[in-house]
Amino acid sequence: MKALIQFVEKKLQPNFDKGGKFQRFHRSFEAFQTFLYVKGDVTKQGSHIRDAIDMKRTMFYVIIALIPALLFGMWNVGLQHYRAIGLDVTFFDQFLFGLIKVLPIVVVSYVSGLAIEFVVAEIKNHEVNEGFLVSGMLIPLIIPVTTPLWMVAVATAFSVVIGKEVFGGTGMNILNPALLARAFLFFAYPAYLSGEVWIETSIQEGQQLVDGFSGATALAVLAANESQYLPSVLEMFLGTIPGSIGETSTLAVLVGALVLIATGVGSLRIMASVVIGGLFMGGILNLFAVNEFMAVPPYYHLIMGGFAFGAVFMATDPVTASQTPNGKYIYGFLIGVVTVLIRVVNPAYPEGMMLAILLMNVFAPLIDYYVVEANIKRRMKRMKAAQVKVQA
Amino acid sequence: MPKTIKIKKGLDIPLLGSAERILQSAPGADVYAIKPPDFHEFTPKMLVKEGDPVKAGTPLFFDKYNEKILFASPVSGTFQEVVRGEKRRIMEVLVKPDGKNDYVEFGSADPSDMSREKIIDRMLKGGVWPFIRQRPYSIIANPADKPKAIFVSAFNSAPLAPDNDFVVNGEENFFQAGINVITKLTNGDVHLSVDAKNTLSKAFLQARGVKIHYFEGPHPAGNIGIQIHHIDPINKGDIVWYLDVASLIIIGRLFEKGVFDATKVVALTGSEVLNPRYYRVKIGARVLSFIGNNLNRENGVKARIISGDVLTGVSIEEKGYLGFYDNQVTVIPEGYDPEFLGWLIPNPGRFSISRTWPSFLMPWKKYRHDTNIRSGERPFVMTGVYEKVLPMDIMPMQLLKSIMINDIDKMEQLGIYEVAPEDFALCEYVCPSKIEIQSFIRQGLDTIHREFA
Repeated sequence: MKALIQFVEKKLQPNFDKGGKFQRFHRSFEAFQTFLYVKGDVTKQGSHIRDAIDMKRTMFYVIIALIPALLFGMWNVGLQHYRAIGLDVTFFDQFLFGLIKVLPIVVVSYVSGLAIEFVVAEIKNHEVNEGFLVSGMLIPLIIPVTTPLWMVAVATAFSVVIGKEVFGGTGMNILNPALLARAFLFFAYPAYLSGEVWIETSIQEGQQLVDGFSGATALAVLAANESQYLPSVLEMFLGTIPGSIGETSTLAVLVGALVLIATGVGSLRIMASVVIGGLFMGGILNLFAVNEFMAVPPYYHLIMGGFAFGAVFMATDPVTASQTPNGKYIYGFLIGVVTVLIRVVNPAYPEGMMLAILLMNVFAPLIDYYVVEANIKRRMKRMKAAQVKVQA
Repeated sequence: MPKTIKIKKGLDIPLLGSAERILQSAPGADVYAIKPPDFHEFTPKMLVKEGDPVKAGTPLFFDKYNEKILFASPVSGTFQEVVRGEKRRIMEVLVKPDGKNDYVEFGSADPSDMSREKIIDRMLKGGVWPFIRQRPYSIIANPADKPKAIFVSAFNSAPLAPDNDFVVNGEENFFQAGINVITKLTNGDVHLSVDAKNTLSKAFLQARGVKIHYFEGPHPAGNIGIQIHHIDPINKGDIVWYLDVASLIIIGRLFEKGVFDATKVVALTGSEVLNPRYYRVKIGARVLSFIGNNLNRENGVKARIISGDVLTGVSIEEKGYLGFYDNQVTVIPEGYDPEFLGWLIPNPGRFSISRTWPSFLMPWKKYRHDTNIRSGERPFVMTGVYEKVLPMDIMPMQLLKSIMINDIDKMEQLGIYEVAPEDFALCEYVCPSKIEIQSFIRQGLDTIHREFA
């Protein structure tokens, strides 16, 4: 490995340094270089030693946490497909089908997003940020498997440019980039994001859809007051139901949540308060139930749709969430409440998680403002008390 | 025992090379230096010419903006030269010792029957005034001010910091004499903070004329800024003064013995030191004199020598000098070696507060921590990290952002008067975005100071 690093530093790097042949690709080279190895840069001022943590490792752990949902999603895509056409195939075949369908979406999402990130890094001459490594994985997991690839590319480009770079890049964005990509698709191409889109039902010759096939999600079923078609609790928890690629399995999401909580990368505060908020609102609606959606037990909300996925991976995005410790409780709780409200009360949008998180992204700075004001007020009060003491 | 102030947030970075409680004698250094950059916002004006003979206590230079504040030679000998840096800024004022240790005699004095003015006058002339610093801003105190209170921390919590119980051993009388001096400088209280668990010396626990406060918890519990925040926080317009134990001992000597005796006990620490222990040296000594044959040079790793601790100290060369306020010298390896997939591999030899590294599984382990930054600088992304290591009712990220956008009102509202760069050193250490937090805090303090100067 030493030889490899030597080669990169001595032979390749000079080409990309100032005055080199490929000087304009300096930042792109640097991104790959720092991915390959940690450079021998030492501290120049301030603290002489630095914690071993960096953004790459942080983001890497989020991706690890996403892998269960990704793998389960791939399998579920195959499972739903073969169910729909009434074929009984092996687990391996089901997974393979999903892999073939999902992998291109992941690749397109990464390629289109990272390309923009690299270009912007070169233009603005800053290091390539690692944030998109996570966004690029989140986007495929929250859209239907039937989404055309060009749409994935357009939505990703939109969310990176309009959602992030125009605000100043990573760390400055107001809205969660992955959710923004989904919202873009949802409003720009509604036909592709609702209705019978959740299951890959393209059929080859000699195949046909089973009688009475319905590809509706649990939320759509409830919104249509047809709770007799609702999948069982176990199915919804395990995730063998129609839905966006990575969102269906509460179990897989929980495994990811454990990774995030154990490593401290994801905010337990936010996750827990989203869940509490959802249960709270679900409970209230349940008390005053006048239709089937309102009547479902509150915990159903946690295992239906994107609730679990959103609570664990979307609401916890540190940049767009509330940034103050106390603000996180309020932010999370309101996401839970608003999600269930949108789901149950607004029949046009059976999935409320996306809109609730985006809405609270916008409100997060306001929440933080009041938390910070409280800190300022404490200080002012202390100062007044001190002045009174001096006068007395 | 009165109430203990329990500090919960913070971090003790487990480093190899804490000093054994052995006091080693060190030969005198070949050169001594007082370094004006040790004093923030300070411009020196020289009082001696090259080749002038000086005694220990002879003023070398004074503060351009406060002529009364004198800086004395720590040893007797000849004034050698000034070393200048960029823009002819004076970096070092060198004195070549003659080995005789002649002192300027001020005569002993009892502070209890001296007026405040006389005490201040003696301290200024004796060259010990610069030991008194003020908050806000962490600069040398202005003798014209009347501080609300004076704070002394009897313990250090910084990584590998010297044990003050050991440092004060044999100097108890001078320490108390120093306390007697500073109690006359304020109408308010003199607060002495001790470590509730580890402070045992009677010099501290039975100090007279002070209010004793008991602290418990990880670094930065020993930082004066944290203690002030928990004892009697600084409001806008307040001025408080603070000193450390070694300085009080030197002040005590000026009154008891009547001379400026700049001797202090310094800990030589760090993983690259063969036998970490304590040395009795004088302020400004060239560190080579006592670290010379105690460094591990066999492994061929380039080492960084730091005057002070690893979080706040100043990098010096082997031929460099002990800083004015520093009570320890730390030697750690430089981190010049690239590490293949170093961000990914769960290297058990690296320490992190984050549980994405295996170090949290080995709480007993001590680390040979190098100076590698680990990453380039990133924007703020993660939140809630700084809060874990800053035991103050201050919102670190919001304060930093107000400094970055130069919003003076917000800085004031968010408590800039209560902080100093050293209080944010751990935030800088744990920052996953590798932001230079200490220099931002300093920048904010400078902005405020200029605004109201």
